[in-house]
Amino acid sequence: MSESHAKLGFLRSYVFSTDHKVIGIQYGITALLFLFFGLCLMMMMRWQLAYPGEAIPIIGGLLGETLVDDGAMLPSFYNSLGAMHGTIMVFMGIVPLAVGAFGNYIVPLQIGAPDMAFPRLNMASYQAFVIGGLVMLSSFFLPGGAASSGWTSYAPLSVTATTGQTFWLIGMIFLIASSLLGAINFIVTIIHLRAEGLTFFRLPFFIWSQLVTAFLLLLAFPPLQVAAIFQLMDRLADTSFFMPTGLVSGGDPVAAVGGGSPLLWQHLFWFLAHPEVYVLILPGMGIVAEVIANNSRKPLWGYRPMVYSLLFLGFMSFCVWAHHMYMTGMGTTMSTFFQITTMIISIPSVIILTCLVISLWGASIRFPVPMLFALAFLPMFGIGGLTGLPLGLAAPDAHFHDTYYVIGHFHYVVAPGTIFAMFAGIYHWYPKVTGRQMNVPLGKLHFWLSFVFMNGIFMPMMFEGMAGVSRRLFDPTVYEIGAAVHGLTTMSSWSAWLLALSQIPFIINFFMSMRKKERAEENPWQATTLEWATSTPPPHGNFVEPPVVYSGPYEYSVPGASSDFSPQFIKQES
Amino acid sequence: MSEIVIPYRTEPHPLTGVTSGKLGIWLFLASEVMLFGALFSSYVLLRVGAAEGTWPTGVEAGLNVPIGTFNTLVLITSSITMVMSWASLKMGNPGAFKRYMGATIALGMLFLVVKGFEYSGKFHHGIFPATGWPGASDPSTFYGFYFTITGLHALHVFLGILVNIWLLVWGLALYKTEPERFAGRVEISGLYWHFVDLVWIFLFPLLYLL
Repeated sequence: MSESHAKLGFLRSYVFSTDHKVIGIQYGITALLFLFFGLCLMMMMRWQLAYPGEAIPIIGGLLGETLVDDGAMLPSFYNSLGAMHGTIMVFMGIVPLAVGAFGNYIVPLQIGAPDMAFPRLNMASYQAFVIGGLVMLSSFFLPGGAASSGWTSYAPLSVTATTGQTFWLIGMIFLIASSLLGAINFIVTIIHLRAEGLTFFRLPFFIWSQLVTAFLLLLAFPPLQVAAIFQLMDRLADTSFFMPTGLVSGGDPVAAVGGGSPLLWQHLFWFLAHPEVYVLILPGMGIVAEVIANNSRKPLWGYRPMVYSLLFLGFMSFCVWAHHMYMTGMGTTMSTFFQITTMIISIPSVIILTCLVISLWGASIRFPVPMLFALAFLPMFGIGGLTGLPLGLAAPDAHFHDTYYVIGHFHYVVAPGTIFAMFAGIYHWYPKVTGRQMNVPLGKLHFWLSFVFMNGIFMPMMFEGMAGVSRRLFDPTVYEIGAAVHGLTTMSSWSAWLLALSQIPFIINFFMSMRKKERAEENPWQATTLEWATSTPPPHGNFVEPPVVYSGPYEYSVPGASSDFSPQFIKQES
Repeated sequence: MSEIVIPYRTEPHPLTGVTSGKLGIWLFLASEVMLFGALFSSYVLLRVGAAEGTWPTGVEAGLNVPIGTFNTLVLITSSITMVMSWASLKMGNPGAFKRYMGATIALGMLFLVVKGFEYSGKFHHGIFPATGWPGASDPSTFYGFYFTITGLHALHVFLGILVNIWLLVWGLALYKTEPERFAGRVEISGLYWHFVDLVWIFLFPLLYLL
């Protein structure tokens, strides 16, 4: 099989490939670039917040005069940066990395499949993602700049915004199409292409997390598609789905037909965007579960309760969306319902996290770099989750809503949470993809610096939020409360820039390790799951002989076994 | 492309009882249910929220029920011919497949042509998506919904026609080597076509009759 692979031209092998491994790498590289770009946008915002009105150093002079005035950021540009930072990080960074990259590369290997069920569909979904990403990026060059109505694009503000918003909507439609195609592919692959003997309850937890994630993408994204189409119609065909009768903007009546409802946008948007939160976190949990089981050399504690929790979590995530909307005046009856569902959905998350913590109990833990990131994930996600509880109740939300507390809360879930899980995954599977191990001292440096600065960014935000600083302010010091906590803002900003610098060891490590002469072992982590049953890196078609599975995914330290790990694909003498 | 054999392309999987392609199209249709579900829910939300007397019935707004009924019949007939084309393949009669598939495509096009006449009639009378219903004191989004939902549905019909044309003209070559796989493709296209038909069955009363 590998011989015929060599015959393919460069384009077919690396650009228009249908091999899930190549597509996974494409997704991974693209998503990492987008993550880096999103980080850069954020660093510019942090300058304005820490030093309002001062010229941005170095790049301030390079930006056009529609963006900056004498090097100092203009408010409209700040709004664009905020909206695009959110959009890029969520839809073009984390999801493609967690689902597109790790899902594509690891899922077929871990279930013993030769490829995804629909290889060409897989390629199409990557291409749709790239087109959507390019449309989003190109919007920065429009007159009026990129979308500037927040990543949530609330109407009617977004309907009356500049052309960047139209590009945002078109880009979203492509990104949604990409996710839908991907989701179908993942579900069919996981259900149909499992190796012989790999029953559902022998699936690694990572596979379960990808399966539930795919269902969330499949069912939650179409309503956002509808919302995007409605908003496009509102913007381009002057309909008024989201434009209420008698709307006045800046003292002037808006020339819209009226009859629409701005709340309709919020309902449609959050019907997607709440399940999307779980799309962001579940693959991360899956990766962390793999890394923890492998490095604690013990089976996961409570594998089945974890799987049931995951399924329940997936279902419940469709029933909590309006907890983002307590302040809209939708009424106490609605608020009561969504408070109850929100409290219920916290239970399965806690079960999963608790199981992961108990898995460490009594284990002789190894501490390679991926394990450091996985262990850091637990308290970071814990902080993110627990700070969410006050937001899930309408009364405290009245105080916290739209403050930096919210920003701190969800960044704790997504940044030191999911992104740490992604780093754990990269360090863990790097030898599988490249056949080389990453450098350990550089990895540890990367971890400790990232860990310190991540907390340095987001912990101050919690206190700023509790003081009452609004999240959307261009210059928080114009208000007394903002000026009073300005020291915290500055600390956040410096941590952000230092966090960016702390990624340098990672970038060096990522590229230099590829060129190492010394090859990694075939199964460097002594892991039990199927991706290690084939050679490293795997050939085209993945497995020379279709693997057969004899046991569960985490048979570590089995009493009486010859070694402390008993791979799924090797029959144990009993 | 080197040949990797991906199983369950033509033979059903023992667990689900269907091929991968068929499972895939059912999942796709599930997402389509969510798409049109969101469209219908939005319609309900805005209609229920509209002030008394501001939301017209289809007839009040000037939609033509006989034309809508005719188009409904056209689509239902096309669903029947779609099934017949698949059944002809299963009975080993590619000639009949061609005739029925041709009829399905023609009926789909007829639907779009009729829809086009309806649209141009509306435009001719100065009715556009942004037009509120002129009979009411407060504007409504009735025509916004009418054009958006029927437009999206027409897009679905159009894509279905494209797939069917591909199956009839280029896809048929596969029948000579792998008849089962080709019949599977026709069945998948058929499931999609029936779904699009079903959406219209809900759309027609929602917009024209209620």
